[in-house]
Amino acid sequence: MVKAQIRTEDLKLWFGENQVLKAVNIEIHRKLITAMIGPSGCGKSTLLRCFNRMNDLIPETRIKGKVMVDEENIYHPKANVTEIRTRVGMVFQKPNPFPKSIFKNVAYGVTIQGKLNKSETQDRVEKSLRDAWLWDEVKDRLHESAFSLSGGQQQRLCIARALANNPEVLLLDEPTSALDPQSTARIEELCLELKSRVTILIVTHNIAQAGRISDYAAFMYLGELVEFGETSKVFTVPQDKRTEAYLTGVFG
Amino acid sequence: MSKRKLTNHLGIGIIILTFLITVVFLIVFILRIFYKGYSVLSWEFLFSSPKEAMTAGGIYPAIVGTFWLTALSIALALPMGIMTAIYLKCFGRPWWFVKTVRIAINTLAGIPSIIYGLFGMAVFVNLLKLDVSLISGALTLAILALPVIINASEEALRQVPNEFREASLALGATERQTILKVLVPTALPNILTGAILAIGRVAGETAPIMFTAATFYTRILPKSLSDEVMALPYHIYALMTEGTNSAKQVPIAYGSALVLMILALAISAIAIYIRFQIRKKRKW
Repeated sequence: MVKAQIRTEDLKLWFGENQVLKAVNIEIHRKLITAMIGPSGCGKSTLLRCFNRMNDLIPETRIKGKVMVDEENIYHPKANVTEIRTRVGMVFQKPNPFPKSIFKNVAYGVTIQGKLNKSETQDRVEKSLRDAWLWDEVKDRLHESAFSLSGGQQQRLCIARALANNPEVLLLDEPTSALDPQSTARIEELCLELKSRVTILIVTHNIAQAGRISDYAAFMYLGELVEFGETSKVFTVPQDKRTEAYLTGVFG
Repeated sequence: MSKRKLTNHLGIGIIILTFLITVVFLIVFILRIFYKGYSVLSWEFLFSSPKEAMTAGGIYPAIVGTFWLTALSIALALPMGIMTAIYLKCFGRPWWFVKTVRIAINTLAGIPSIIYGLFGMAVFVNLLKLDVSLISGALTLAILALPVIINASEEALRQVPNEFREASLALGATERQTILKVLVPTALPNILTGAILAIGRVAGETAPIMFTAATFYTRILPKSLSDEVMALPYHIYALMTEGTNSAKQVPIAYGSALVLMILALAISAIAIYIRFQIRKKRKW
């Protein structure tokens, strides 16, 4: 069997005295969409941010256990954090383009690495924008400010920006919660298209969304991974009472 | 009329009164300077040297001197101030060193400018043997401008949304790249507004340059950093306190004051215009 793309071993995390993740063990499958669901404050976003070490930015964070990306422990003291973050891209809840042009936003990742020349960078920008289904809308105004785009376009720009690094994994932290239904639908379709080339992890508050697009679903509650399995099974015959209660709207 | 209405009218009345007092003082002040100064104003006044023991001629050397003092001091203070602000904002965990730096900056901001003058004389003129010179004055003014620039820059950096930093780091940028490519460019317009206000302050100061750079009278324009210079504020001070022919000197002093005031107002106007442009463009 092909080894998992991401695997955690007894991952525990504290913010100060507060334990947010309690011995999470999960295996994320390659080139599939895994949805992480659960009520607010259950630790699903925190878990997501463990996979590209974004929790490092929060002071007083302590982590125990392992997070293996391609069987390499990214919390190893000698791990190269910036290199990990180019392999594991991230899109945030609120579209957050830089106050720069559309082109410069997408080119940012490859520019700071400085590995591509000018025409290669242009090709990469075009390809990423095409992959994020934004090219036709912006090809005539690449040098306008990214803020001239609509919210949905901005979010696709952020996806294009992450794709430009050619990541193996894309982490989506509630990517559609700030968008209108139409933009949301486009991003969902885009995820289904993209899973042929990247492994996608999506945190969502929207249970229906998880049902529509994910192959695997993880239900988290109070820092614990309660249930994890194929979405079709988790959604139809949940093994745990808490999962069932959440899915049927008893709490959330 | 009920008591509530009465207090209301009274309150509004007091507010309008204080407003009027401020405006009246400002208008009287500007009109007075203008009235007393405009008679000497001419192209010749702006572009020629003083003559006949300061009783005639123009103020060109003083304008040039003020220009160089201001330009040099800002050129020194701006990079230093921006880098300090970056340190305080991005790396400044609250340990004793950072706390000390902060206290130092806030204390510097509150020190009377004559103390800067004495400090500049003691350190730059005497200790470092730079003598009374353009460079001594510029260094002294740079220290004066430093807290203004640091505070403006730190505030500007603080206003950059944290999402930009997160986005940059999540794309594999290092902290240094994030600062240079995202934080500073985003904050730069506001940093520059702060710098322009510092220019306004520096251009008008008399006390810091009195013992460090300014000379009462020279017909020669500064050719090197070690030359003494004339400067507008000090020129006004000298015209009003020294010399023997006050009937001829006082109008020149008012003319110089008018030029200095217009200069300072013009600089403020630039600052306001830049800020206006930023606010128009900013969309986050």
